[in-house]
Amino acid sequence: MADLLFDGPDWNFDTLRRTTEAIEQIAREDLGLDVYPNQIEIISTEQMLDAYSATGMPLMYRHWSFGKQFIHHERLYSKGVQGLAYEIVINSDPCICYCLEENTMPMQALVIAHAAFGHNHFFKSNHLFRQWTDPRGILDYLDYARNFLGRCEERHGPGRVERTLDAAHALMSASVFRHRRPAQPSLRAEAERAERRIEEDERAAHYLWSRLERERRPHDHENAAAERRRMLGLPEENLIYFLERHSPVLEPWQRQVLRIVRNLAQYFYPQRQTQVMNEGCACFVHFHILNKLHEQGRIGDGAMLEILHSHSSVLFQPGYDHPGYGGINPYALGFAMMRDVQRICEAPEPEDREWFPSIAGCGDWRGVLKEAWANFRDESFIQQFLSPKVMRDLRLFALRDAEAEDTLKVTAIHDEAGYRALRDTLARGYDLSNRSPDIEVIDADLAGDRVLRLRHVLRNEVPLDPREREATLACLRELWGYEVEIDEMTG
Amino acid sequence: MTHFIDRRLNPKGRSTPNRRRFIGRIKAHVREAVDASVRKRGITDMEAGTDVAVPRDSLSEPSFRHASKGGTREGVLPGNREFQAGDEIPRPQQGGGGAGRKGAPDGEGEDDFVFALSRDEFLDIFFEDLELPDMIKRSLAGSSVARPRRAGLSVTGAPANLNVGRTMRRAMGRRIALRRPSDAKLEELRERLFALEAVFEPDAAQRAEIMRLQSEIEALTAHRKRVPYLDPLDLRYSHFEPQPEPRAQAVMFCLMDVSASMGAREKDLAKRFFVLLHLFLTRRYETVDLVFIRHTHLASEVDEQTFFYSRESGGTMVSTALAEMNRVQSERYPASEWNIYAAQASDGDNYQGDSRDCQIWLESELLKICQHFAYVEIIGEAEARILRDAARGTELWMAYREVAERWPNFAMRRVAGPADIYPVFRDLFARRTEAAHG
Repeated sequence: MADLLFDGPDWNFDTLRRTTEAIEQIAREDLGLDVYPNQIEIISTEQMLDAYSATGMPLMYRHWSFGKQFIHHERLYSKGVQGLAYEIVINSDPCICYCLEENTMPMQALVIAHAAFGHNHFFKSNHLFRQWTDPRGILDYLDYARNFLGRCEERHGPGRVERTLDAAHALMSASVFRHRRPAQPSLRAEAERAERRIEEDERAAHYLWSRLERERRPHDHENAAAERRRMLGLPEENLIYFLERHSPVLEPWQRQVLRIVRNLAQYFYPQRQTQVMNEGCACFVHFHILNKLHEQGRIGDGAMLEILHSHSSVLFQPGYDHPGYGGINPYALGFAMMRDVQRICEAPEPEDREWFPSIAGCGDWRGVLKEAWANFRDESFIQQFLSPKVMRDLRLFALRDAEAEDTLKVTAIHDEAGYRALRDTLARGYDLSNRSPDIEVIDADLAGDRVLRLRHVLRNEVPLDPREREATLACLRELWGYEVEIDEMTG
Repeated sequence: MTHFIDRRLNPKGRSTPNRRRFIGRIKAHVREAVDASVRKRGITDMEAGTDVAVPRDSLSEPSFRHASKGGTREGVLPGNREFQAGDEIPRPQQGGGGAGRKGAPDGEGEDDFVFALSRDEFLDIFFEDLELPDMIKRSLAGSSVARPRRAGLSVTGAPANLNVGRTMRRAMGRRIALRRPSDAKLEELRERLFALEAVFEPDAAQRAEIMRLQSEIEALTAHRKRVPYLDPLDLRYSHFEPQPEPRAQAVMFCLMDVSASMGAREKDLAKRFFVLLHLFLTRRYETVDLVFIRHTHLASEVDEQTFFYSRESGGTMVSTALAEMNRVQSERYPASEWNIYAAQASDGDNYQGDSRDCQIWLESELLKICQHFAYVEIIGEAEARILRDAARGTELWMAYREVAERWPNFAMRRVAGPADIYPVFRDLFARRTEAAHG
């Protein structure tokens, strides 16, 4: 029987270190997790509120909206409406994990297993994070961003910087590259390239050519428009990227501000696509590790009860008609699915063999889960791994709300006929391209009327919120400098 | 692998700049809330902070997002009990059961964004754009304030004052002068030695080379030890010397008529004005003395309690108060050391003929030494409608008007209700940029 790692609710740095080492041992040797080095920081409640308001980042440029967030959370917290998160973890290398000083020792153990190993492993292994984010550079980049914006405020006045940031923030959600990560040349490199092109063009021009009467093609006008769009790289899904490169009115520093906001939007994009998986992975990891420690006798029964209490309250999934219902709890769904994958690998039912022939009974649930954590996102993970048992346990049902119909219609429930439809619907709900409006820049005639034309492709006839649309268009006009129009198109 | 960092002692208030930006953005609303709360407030809690409710619209952060209605949407919900596929459910009422948003009766709508303004922020906005006539006399008398000021470098000091730049520069100079062998040099020798040592069965020349390298490395190491990277000699500290600071101090004379004609209402109004002035002065001066002088047909210096709450009966002679102020001032507050402010509140009644005396007192003595003298005449609501014209009024008012014309540091206003106090106050102390031109 090994010694207890800690006893009682109080923690000190010694017990923290000892516990973290024990957790790390299981994480590496049993689960085989691959994590960034951890940097665990103990912070006070006020600092936690600070971190909340700056989208969880340890440093951030200054903007009034963060002040608003802070006041909002502070008020909710001081009124007791809302508790504070036990931890915040940042996708950086080393992985920074904030733990609240008020946590008891069992809670610290839970939080460290959850964030410093669960989330950390997910950040390091998931393909979206590997491909799209730069955890080594993010803190330096934020530091640069804050200093840069500070200098802009000194030089151009806080008012102008604020207006630019306001407008950029409004476009943030429509400013990510969804399909490709383009090369990131600096503004100067781009300018140099443009200059070189002009030189080449001049060299290639020959006075003889200008004497020749060129053949006039009937569709010249259309060709010119197509050529113009091609030169501008249209259509473009990333609004800020387009403005940054082609807006006729922005000053260089404003373009740089846009670039900063765009890069941040891109940095957070993988997180938005992997909520269920990220939380599921972290919950699965903490649950496994802490149970292991309890089995080994290194965590006492009392502490384990406290841990399980927090665990189950975080994973509570209220029914749709419960007053506390606020959508499907990503923690609950992710954890349930991953536990079920473990069950299918170890003790499959005939149903599972039919649904998951490749993994049922294979026994290597660690390998299957790590594979899933590395290569899927919420939508594809649900599509691939949501089992009938989880649907039955959560008693899921699909509901259709069509404007044309007077009533809501239940389209599928957790039965043999409905499993597949249910799974498809749930997976679609986690597809970000479904959840956020599909808007792209389709045309801008810089030599003509300079109207910036956007296209919103309606999916299932769901319109944009009209007030929000107008306010956001005003922001776009501010950055574009000329008229901006948006067309709605049924897709 | 894992590092622990205790951040709890890090400086607080990381979000203060963001908060300032936030308040700056909603300045108009905050100003409104401050004005309203000053009007409502009792005298004693004038200094507390206040809650500000801002309509959410003015704080919106728009983005392109889907409307909450329209189109076809399909979602998955948990917790099914009785539904079967194909069931039709009547559409729930607007907002999913919650009865639409309504403003709460206290004017704090659900749509409002509410936050608390701290006392300092409150007063900052409260006194924003207000200014004391800039005649602040600074005096060293009785000053005990000393501020540390940079005064070169010293060879001793507290670690916190270590001047890193200077220290490192000196260390570098010393290292160059004394030819301290560099890390790179030593490393290179070591590598060569290591390579040679790896040779199996070295010949004589190689062995000699090894010996030579070893002794050279030894010599270099000894040299490095003698010439350390950083020597106590190099240390330089920023030196600070305390320097006495001239201190600005002010005395504020509160003069009030307490004869029978001044009822509770008038006194309350007067007190509001005095409190505002006092708050304002305490934000500008380190020390503010208060002198309370009340008068009927006799004037006397009293404490604050007596000043506001005890009653006197008798006639009214305003000039006695002015004489008393002059006496107190010349005894205790020499004009060369003190900034002198006076505020007088009265209902305008005066003994016939005394107003002339008041004029003489003011012009020959008091206004010469006062930074500012404010006269507030408290009139009834009904009177306010009649006496809209500043050119008409009681004998005292007419006499003071003549004074005001000749002395820029004398100001007078009429006040009819609590709501007037703050505007009048702002009016009296508004930053006068245009005055400089005219």
